[in-house]
Amino acid sequence: MANIKLSNLNKSYGAVHILKDVNLDIKSGEFIVFVGPSGCGKSTLLRSICGLEAISSGTLEIDGAVVNEVPPSKRGIAMVFQSYALYPHMSVYENISFALENQGLDRASIKQKVEKVAEMLQLTPYLTRLPKALSGGQRQRVAIGRAIVRGAKVFLFDEPLSNLDAALRVQTRMEIAKLKRAMPDTTMVYVTHDQVEAMTLADRIVVLQAGRVEQVGTPMELYEKPGNVFVAGFIGSPKMNFVTGDPAERAGCKTLGIRPEHLEVSASSLADGIPGVVEYTEILGSDSFVYVATDYGMITARENGRTAISKGQKVWLKPVSGYVHRFDGNGKRLDTP
Amino acid sequence: MWQRIRLEPSRFFLHLAVLLIVAAWTLPTAGLLVSSLRDKDLIATSGWWTALTTTERSEQARMKPPADQVQKDGHSEISGNLFEGTDHAGQISAFGTRVQNPAEFSAGATAQLQDGRSLTVNSDGSYVYTSPTAFTGDRGQRVFFVTSVPPKFTTDNYRTVLFSEGIGRSFINSLTVTIPATIIPILIAAFAAYALAWMKLPARGFIIAVIVGLLVVPLQMSLIPLLKIYNATGFLSKTYLGIWLAHTGFGLPFAIYLLRSYIAGLPKDLIESAQVDGANDFKIFMRIILPLSFPALASFAIFQFLWVWNDLLVAIVFLGSGNDQLVLTGRLNALLGSRGGNWEILTASAFVTIIVPLVVFFSLQRYFVRGLLAGSVKGG
Amino acid sequence: MLTQVFWAFATVLIGVGGCVGYFYASNLLLDRLFPASASNDAHAIRNLKIQSSVRPWLFLGPALVLLCVYLVYPVIETLILSFQDKTGSRFVGFDNYAWAAKDTQFRTSIFNNFLWLLVVPAACTFLGLVIAVLTDRIWWGSIARSLIFLPLAISFVGASVIWKFVYDFRGEGQEQIGILNAVVEWFGFSPQVWIALPFWNNFFLMMILIWIQTGFATVILGAALRGVPEDTIEAAVIDGAGPFKIFWRIMVPQIMTTIVVVWTTITVLVLKVFDIVLTMTNGQWDTQVLANLMFDWMFRGGGDFGRGAAIAIVIMLAVLPIMIWNIRQANAERGGGH
Repeated sequence: MANIKLSNLNKSYGAVHILKDVNLDIKSGEFIVFVGPSGCGKSTLLRSICGLEAISSGTLEIDGAVVNEVPPSKRGIAMVFQSYALYPHMSVYENISFALENQGLDRASIKQKVEKVAEMLQLTPYLTRLPKALSGGQRQRVAIGRAIVRGAKVFLFDEPLSNLDAALRVQTRMEIAKLKRAMPDTTMVYVTHDQVEAMTLADRIVVLQAGRVEQVGTPMELYEKPGNVFVAGFIGSPKMNFVTGDPAERAGCKTLGIRPEHLEVSASSLADGIPGVVEYTEILGSDSFVYVATDYGMITARENGRTAISKGQKVWLKPVSGYVHRFDGNGKRLDTP
Repeated sequence: MWQRIRLEPSRFFLHLAVLLIVAAWTLPTAGLLVSSLRDKDLIATSGWWTALTTTERSEQARMKPPADQVQKDGHSEISGNLFEGTDHAGQISAFGTRVQNPAEFSAGATAQLQDGRSLTVNSDGSYVYTSPTAFTGDRGQRVFFVTSVPPKFTTDNYRTVLFSEGIGRSFINSLTVTIPATIIPILIAAFAAYALAWMKLPARGFIIAVIVGLLVVPLQMSLIPLLKIYNATGFLSKTYLGIWLAHTGFGLPFAIYLLRSYIAGLPKDLIESAQVDGANDFKIFMRIILPLSFPALASFAIFQFLWVWNDLLVAIVFLGSGNDQLVLTGRLNALLGSRGGNWEILTASAFVTIIVPLVVFFSLQRYFVRGLLAGSVKGG
Repeated sequence: MLTQVFWAFATVLIGVGGCVGYFYASNLLLDRLFPASASNDAHAIRNLKIQSSVRPWLFLGPALVLLCVYLVYPVIETLILSFQDKTGSRFVGFDNYAWAAKDTQFRTSIFNNFLWLLVVPAACTFLGLVIAVLTDRIWWGSIARSLIFLPLAISFVGASVIWKFVYDFRGEGQEQIGILNAVVEWFGFSPQVWIALPFWNNFFLMMILIWIQTGFATVILGAALRGVPEDTIEAAVIDGAGPFKIFWRIMVPQIMTTIVVVWTTITVLVLKVFDIVLTMTNGQWDTQVLANLMFDWMFRGGGDFGRGAAIAIVIMLAVLPIMIWNIRQANAERGGGH
């Protein structure tokens, strides 16, 4: 059981301000995902929680105790690195037992713990192998095993799936979800730039941009009620369309956001529809994307299945009512009237 | 990638050119090795490249004095063997009685000389000298002859230098100097390199800059001040400890530079992971850094070993030139002075001094080359 | 003999053991004094902080002490000595340098060192480049490179013996046992005392260093040549460049930094060269160089520390530009990383 509380946390390298006034309350047993574009500070934030980066100002509390100055090994955390950071010259057994050995545990209990974890992760047959003799997925499991064996209250994951190929990534993602269910009391903080991982794994997502927290919320909250233009554009694929000018003014806002899946495309004129010419279409099989050049810029629409609309055609686009997002001049969300 | 470029006038010419260069580079060493195995008289009289051929050599000897003559069939006769009393044997191909023409008669023939005397010399050196009148005088007649000496190799030279010229003793001295002077700087430099690569340290950049600067300081600069310190302390002067520390000091800039660039290139995640795992820096160093840096450590070890083994200057300044202190290079230098013309001693001694580096070099060439590349291409 | 071996072995053990012992003991002591697993957490954390600020100096300490004693301090001390008299008891200003400027031996040394600097690095780099290119194109190239590289493992003294034998001279009419004179005679010329030939003898000494160092240049330049991206060469072939043009215009410019590194490394080595001259001629027949001259003044007949130090400073001044260049390179390289 461990909750993590970040208050006004700042981090800078010389003149470069990496993290700006981060406030965050992570509940015990929660699965939190940090997402954001590269360079947004999400990894730095994770490494600050871990203790690998010193905090410039603000406080970091784990379980109510301020741990700003506490070295990583004393914070009760475990970290799974992007590269897994397996010690290449040590066997799987030694890799998993290294932390226990440093805690000064006796041989017998180390052995017992390592074997238990190995069994749980189906690593028992590989305990004597070196990391280079393992497959990508097995290495990933060893890295997780190293975290589990320490009985840490908090798990930190730094983009753990980015080194796996697409198929394995889906499988491992599900394994992590399963792991979380098996360890309901363990708080997990997970960094990724992949929104699919974020949406599928997280209890709550933290969206970061340029060192600031843009929004914190459950995956569906972020999808349905993005707090600002950035979050609205970052979550969802293809990206949300943003329209300014007449249609936005008609809706009483500065910027109108419509997701591609919430656009009706019609070959015949629609009342209040936005007219445009189809620039090109992409047919993916399960769905199709239609790119339409309008007076308000390029707008993307998503159609189910195979679209009948073809390139060069004149079309009208109309948002499905109730699914538009309105933003003010500062990009902040305006609640639906 | 070269094959595709039509740079070659002809393959033959290319092979020939490389062959010539390689020959030019290996012949001097080959000459030394071949000579060190030859008989000492042969080294001084014929080129080493003739070692495999039978050489002709003009020699002379005296026959037995007239006192040994016997009377036979009304003649006076002296008989014996020209090689008697000498240790070498050979095949006599021709002989003569005048220095101007040592090959006047072929072996086995009977030479008719003045006063009715005749001389027969066989190829095995036996001779019969007859005269119608009695021989007079008290010294034997001189005979000149040409022997053909078959190729002959020997390890005598090595036996001589190892046991009576002090090379054996120096060999042990060299090892005593070299082994610690290789291991100590590796340890010290590896710890320092880790500190400079990964630990939080004030003035780290400055220390690294100083070390890079020290890379090129000629060690001649250090000799006088160090000698003063050594003489003042006493326990360092002319001792092994003194020379180990000297070699360590001189080798450190390169060692730290080489090892730091290697250790700094190890994945950051590994070290951080070990930190999260609760290992302190000493443990990280011993368990993670040291095993993973093996290639760099090996490279430097070879460098330092060769450098210390081959060094002359530091050894003669800091270890002195006493008989039981001379290292191999110093001994060889001394022999060059005292035995300048004795090629059998010089060549064998030189070969003893270079054999260890050559073995090290050939067995560990891979690491050596890697170290060279790491140390130089990156800017040292 | 056996006792000698035993004592040698014991000495080695003590030396190495002492060094290992220092690192173990000092770190153990630190862990004991400030235990990381202290009774309460606040205490343990404070101890860990102390440990992590002290430990770097335990690691770095021996290296810093040795560097200061063996290199930094002597450089400063030598500079001071060069302004003092024979025994270092009286300040004499620039007298030693003024003496050096007038001394014929010193002038010869400067001239010879200049010759060495001009010839040896250039010859090694050029030969290294040529051999690297040639050996890269034949199947037994790596064997050839190994053999050319081999002299690098041989000491200067050993190399001197080898070459003394090559240069050996026997009077005309006698059979030559030095291969150089044998070849010369075979071509119908008369044999020479090579190491005593005025002026040219310098080149015969340089040949030894070139023989040793060419392998170094070959290996490094060979690696650099192999690192030249192949597509730039292919592009040049398509652009219609001939082989020599490809070599000089495409390949050499791309490995220019490596060439500079090889050149400067050998330059530094040349400035320090001492053993070859000492063992071959000991500076006779106008072959004196600075390093040997300095040795003469310091430890032999001369016995003048001031003059020896002044000569050392002159050598130091010659390597100074290379040193500054190195430091700037290293700083530029480190700029990005940690």
